[in-house]
Amino acid sequence: MSGRRNETSATTARGSIRRQLFVQLLAVAAILSLAFFLIVREVAGRVAEATQDDILAASATSIADSLRFEGGEVTLDLPYSALSMLGTINEDRVFYRIVADGRTLTGYDDLPQARPSATAPRPQFATFDYRGDRVRAVTLLRPVGSGSTPVQVAVSVAQTRLGMAAISARITSIATAIGVGFFVVATALSLLAARSALSPLARMTLSVTRRGPADLRPLRTAAPRELVPFVDALNGFMARLRTALGQSEDFITEAAHRVRTPLATLRAQAEVTYRKLERPEHRQALREMIRAIDESARSAGQMLDHAMVTLRTDSVAHETVRLDELVRETCDRFAPTAGLKDIEIVTELPPAPVVLAGDRILLQNALHNVLDNAVKYSPADSTITVRLSAEPGAPRRVRLSVADQGRGFDGRDLKQLTRRFSRGSNVGDIVGSGLGLTIADEVARAHGGHLDISENSPGAGACIALVLPSA
Amino acid sequence: MHRACLAICLNAVLAVACVLAGTGAGAAFEAEARKFYPAPNAPPGAPAQTGAPAAPDAAGRALRIISTADLDAFEPIILGFQAENPDIAVDYTIASTSQLMRAIHDEGAVFDLAISSAMDLQTKLANDGFAQAYRSGATDALPQWARWRNQVFAFTQEPAVLILSESAFAGIAIPRNREELIALLRDNPARFRGRIGTYDVRVSGFGYLMATQDSRNAEAYWRLMEVMGRLEARLYCCSGDMIRDVADGRLALAYNVLGSYASARIAENAPGVRIVQLNDFVNVMLRTVTIPAGARHVDSAHKMVDFLVTLGQRPELAARSGLPPIDDRVLRANNAMRPIRLGPGLLVYLDSQKRRNFLRSWTSSLVQE
Ligand SMILES: Nc1ncnc2c1ncn2[C@@H]1O[C@H](COP(=O)(O)OP(=O)(O)O)[C@@H](O)[C@H]1O
Repeated sequence: MSGRRNETSATTARGSIRRQLFVQLLAVAAILSLAFFLIVREVAGRVAEATQDDILAASATSIADSLRFEGGEVTLDLPYSALSMLGTINEDRVFYRIVADGRTLTGYDDLPQARPSATAPRPQFATFDYRGDRVRAVTLLRPVGSGSTPVQVAVSVAQTRLGMAAISARITSIATAIGVGFFVVATALSLLAARSALSPLARMTLSVTRRGPADLRPLRTAAPRELVPFVDALNGFMARLRTALGQSEDFITEAAHRVRTPLATLRAQAEVTYRKLERPEHRQALREMIRAIDESARSAGQMLDHAMVTLRTDSVAHETVRLDELVRETCDRFAPTAGLKDIEIVTELPPAPVVLAGDRILLQNALHNVLDNAVKYSPADSTITVRLSAEPGAPRRVRLSVADQGRGFDGRDLKQLTRRFSRGSNVGDIVGSGLGLTIADEVARAHGGHLDISENSPGAGACIALVLPSA
Repeated sequence: MHRACLAICLNAVLAVACVLAGTGAGAAFEAEARKFYPAPNAPPGAPAQTGAPAAPDAAGRALRIISTADLDAFEPIILGFQAENPDIAVDYTIASTSQLMRAIHDEGAVFDLAISSAMDLQTKLANDGFAQAYRSGATDALPQWARWRNQVFAFTQEPAVLILSESAFAGIAIPRNREELIALLRDNPARFRGRIGTYDVRVSGFGYLMATQDSRNAEAYWRLMEVMGRLEARLYCCSGDMIRDVADGRLALAYNVLGSYASARIAENAPGVRIVQLNDFVNVMLRTVTIPAGARHVDSAHKMVDFLVTLGQRPELAARSGLPPIDDRVLRANNAMRPIRLGPGLLVYLDSQKRRNFLRSWTSSLVQE
């Protein structure tokens, strides 16, 4: 019922697009980081191995180049650089073996030697375990000696893979650092991306919440393509709502008119007839009838008023209202009705104008109902005092009170009285619908104020006050 | 692999009278001497003694060292070590470089430390998988050139020098590099004939190492050998003998003598002997220690390695042993000093073919019958 309902979310959130987006981006980043890491590690391993292979091949080649054929046999003057070059980069163990015609010429004679095919005299690389370590070995085939049958010499050089492992470990740790760094940066960027991707949504939410409650015009903010259907749907919904509200209001106005007019006609007819009648029992019957007509008219009027109030409180128009003038007009309009019971309505208005933002029709309606009650529950020949003043102890609030000299409330539970269709036990024979105070209360609350019901003091009677925030 | 169970009897401190009774195959390495240092903190027992320890039990727990360094140099170090580690007994066996190699590489004898001046053989031990790795703050503090694979640790740096008899050089300029030395010998054949000494590289591992490094470093090496050969150079097995003969005046000069020994001897009692560090280059031999793969008392071995590589922090102990500790500043102060590089390059001259070729060239240059 409150106009501020849209401040607290009525929908429970189910999942979050931002989180989903973020998690998905993060998953992509994680996969990419991992792929990067694996690729770098693989490449590093390959490069390190290729580097070692190159050095091994260079070593074997320099050994092969030192092979000589002297006095019918193969000899070797092992070049210093052949082995020392293997020790330049790292501290790996080095093994070699030179086999001529199936006989070990020199070196480690238990070093396994791949049998390179004579047809493809390319260096053959192999990895195997030797003397407690994993080694990388190259074997090179070189024919030595002149003549038609040169001696086939196989040169093998092997090296442990410590240095290579160290290089790839170093590259791997760099790759890890880069991968982790990449992931961290990607995380930050994902957060930003998720936020900025959803910023149009936030912008549109803001433009909707900023609107006045009665503002049912279509949204005109530029929306990203994905949100256009949603905005269209929202606009369509608002258009339908606008039409429906308009129709309800029209209906109520129409209904009020259609009910009141025939009842007024009926009452006039009854009164004319009443005057013509002479027999007391007939006059009595007709008086009863007029009373019933009055009652029906009032009840119907109040119910329609209430419907109108309910409809309008959801969208209180905040036009500028001169409350003092409104009070004077309403009291003036009410004076004849009060005059029937010889009741005088006294207004006490402040000299300066009292202005507030609100709905004129609703405020009139509220005051009307309170005045109606006051007249109803007051004895003939009494006074009703309508006072407009600043609310004591609350700045920027005004109090519009209606005090009568009627029967008061007998100190009963006053809270009950504003409930719909609830009537007090003090009513006696006075008819009513139990809607008057409900309407006044709803109007007060729709304006951000409240209804204050109290005994009239000093003196007897009731005092009903609308406490409203002033502009 | 068979493990030698040693029982050693010994006649004199430095005598060569050791008999090794192996339980396995007959062949066993020959030790030159063995001395047992009981732990100073041990319950009263035998004092420092030579030969096999009295109680086999004590020997079982002792730190077993096989070393090429004689007791003159090493006893102060052992005692210094025991002063800091009074719970460790030391069983010290002296062997030649080749016997040390044989013991560990071929026979799998059980030692906790192998200390040798043969860098090439120590490198081969590590390369062939007979050494175990060790790292500590002390070993990490060594310069890069003074360790290999965290298995071979250098603890001394000993330059190979020229020593000469001052009287033989009366009136002529003392050579400053190999070129000047060659010129000098060529110009004064009468003065130097038969009075030049150098290592017989066929029998001395250290001599072979120095010769091969020389040949790698300088073209002049072979010309020098040629000249020395023509002047009927005398060949020696050991630095000590050469120094003695220079001091006696029998030699005018000796080439490639271990500088540490030379300075130690000269400091003792050899006036008139002069040490010359040639300024074209000086090979610096590194005495190294390794922990054999089969070491039993690894903790004690680690302590000893740490003690040795930090020898530079105990100058008076280093002075007493006559072993110059590792000191990068000394090398940086003299550009000509070249520490022999540990690593697979050293394996090259251990190659049997290479060795045969080298010795053939060397013999034909120097031994001109
Ligand atoms: N001026 C008044 N004096 C005494 N009682 C009143 C007055 N105004 C309202 N009431 C009490 O409050 C009840 C609710 O009032 P309302 O909602 O206007 O219904 P009704 O149509 O019965 O007047 C009344 O039934 C009556 O008991």
